Amino acid sequence: MDNEPAERVRILTPSGMLGAGWDEATIERGLALGIDVITIDGGSTDSGPYYLGSSTPKTTAKAVERDLRSALRAAARADVPLVIGSCGTSGTDTGVDWVAGMVARIQAEEGLGLRVARIYSEQSAADLKEALDAGRIHPLPPLGDLTAETLESCTHIVGLMGHEPIVEALRAGAQVVLAGRATDTAVAAAYPLMRGMPAGPTWHAAKIVECGGQATSNPRTGGVYTVIDATGFTIEPLDPDAACTPISVAAHMLYETADPFEMREPDGTLDVRDATYVAIDERTVRVEGSRFQVADQHTIKLEGARITGYETVSFTGIRDPLILKDIDAWAELMGTVIRDRVAQILGLAQDEYAFDLRLYGHNAVLGDLEPESGPPREVGAMLLVNAPDQATATAIAKIANPLMLHLPTPSMDYLPSLAFPSSPAEVERGAAYEFVLNHVVDSITPTAIFRTEIEEPVHA
Amino acid sequence: MPEPTSPPDAPTLGDLALEVRSKNAGPFWVTMELFMRDADGYRIVADESFLDERLIADLYRVDASTIRIYRIPSLNVVKISFPRPVSQGSLRDRDMHAGQHHVPLALLRAPVATPVAAVAGGGA
Repeated sequence: MDNEPAERVRILTPSGMLGAGWDEATIERGLALGIDVITIDGGSTDSGPYYLGSSTPKTTAKAVERDLRSALRAAARADVPLVIGSCGTSGTDTGVDWVAGMVARIQAEEGLGLRVARIYSEQSAADLKEALDAGRIHPLPPLGDLTAETLESCTHIVGLMGHEPIVEALRAGAQVVLAGRATDTAVAAAYPLMRGMPAGPTWHAAKIVECGGQATSNPRTGGVYTVIDATGFTIEPLDPDAACTPISVAAHMLYETADPFEMREPDGTLDVRDATYVAIDERTVRVEGSRFQVADQHTIKLEGARITGYETVSFTGIRDPLILKDIDAWAELMGTVIRDRVAQILGLAQDEYAFDLRLYGHNAVLGDLEPESGPPREVGAMLLVNAPDQATATAIAKIANPLMLHLPTPSMDYLPSLAFPSSPAEVERGAAYEFVLNHVVDSITPTAIFRTEIEEPVHA
Repeated sequence: MPEPTSPPDAPTLGDLALEVRSKNAGPFWVTMELFMRDADGYRIVADESFLDERLIADLYRVDASTIRIYRIPSLNVVKISFPRPVSQGSLRDRDMHAGQHHVPLALLRAPVATPVAAVAGGGA
């Protein structure tokens, strides 16, 4: 692999997420244009704390395997590296091994002999407690100072690597890099930075491509082609019928970021305030003027999740207009009766469990923020119970079962029968999780807390 | 300070926008954008005497001091970010990706200054 400075680096990003799928024409078009690296993001925290907390992927294995096969074949054909970040959704060690196992199988089946690096990013609470004691861990808003107890309560903790561990693996000869948790951008930024591309355009381009087709006129087709050079970058969709426009590309800096102008990476801060977006043709955009300010202190952001309890869910349907016109009173009565019955039967105080009664069709999504009113035509009442153990959560949901079937409004003088959609009405959800870390640790070196293993190819 | 009034038939911000959207920005923040159709629409939502931290604090029941508003005339965009009041995926989180939380903002009626409303209201 060529480690020398390049005049330009051409990136193929077939999709915003490994497992989301792409048309093979996407890859063919990228290969025809000529590429230097293929990059795909494999994870995110967007779907909630469960995937990190339980260390299980959001994507189904068959879908990931299909995408991997396509990407590995393309990387081998073009003789370019393939970089995949945040393997297994949350980037835990088992997530990396899950993807690595599939890569090994596919390489054997396809007769490929690519050298694979696995970079692990999972962190132990014990190591982090030392960093905490040494004053090297700092909160990001809105969270406050970290405690050792919070670290110990996490089922899994990962550090978000920057480009450096990926670059190190590529320099060591890896042709496929399977990274644990990495910043979404590091995945695409690593190879161009290694080849000497300027940091401002590289990180900016990496931010734009991390969601694949989101920056194009047709987000569903996915896949973008980006060329970074000494003064900026150009970007176009891989679907010939889709277009990138100056607005679609500029607007993508807003997506999923609290701050539209600055983005912190482990190594420093991208600043796009002075970036210019110019249409080269009707579907290609040129971006220049992005800056990157290297930070005085390199930092690694931490993510951690812990169990909040165990949940059981119950659901019933209401169509009777007599109940619907008084639905808030019905819900309030439901809450009161559940609390009374749980105290009477299980002897639990209100602070020993919790439940949320959501009225879908009325105000379930926005709750108190719902600006519109008026009786709904039908309501799905979802009762979500959280308790310290599964048996208690289910017991509470079962205590609520006769109410979910027959509870009248306070003004009704007979018992209605409501519409359960399934039997049994209760579904056990297992452990429920919450994110508890939004902190950075000062790096001793950019690669120190990550562990890389490179395997010699078997089928060379 | 007199409140700007919005007649019931005033257009909503959603009516004046190409798109109003919201999304989680990491597990602890929510962010939303008003993509306005043109500079006229942008002027309405970028006007700090109408859309400011206090209005958003009232609409979303969050602390005004935590709200960040970015006005981007080159895109006709106003972007609003604040910490999620309910942590993502917790028992009381009803919108995992915070992708439906733009609706109260989109349903806000555009303000019409009192004198204009008085004139416009003549035929109502």
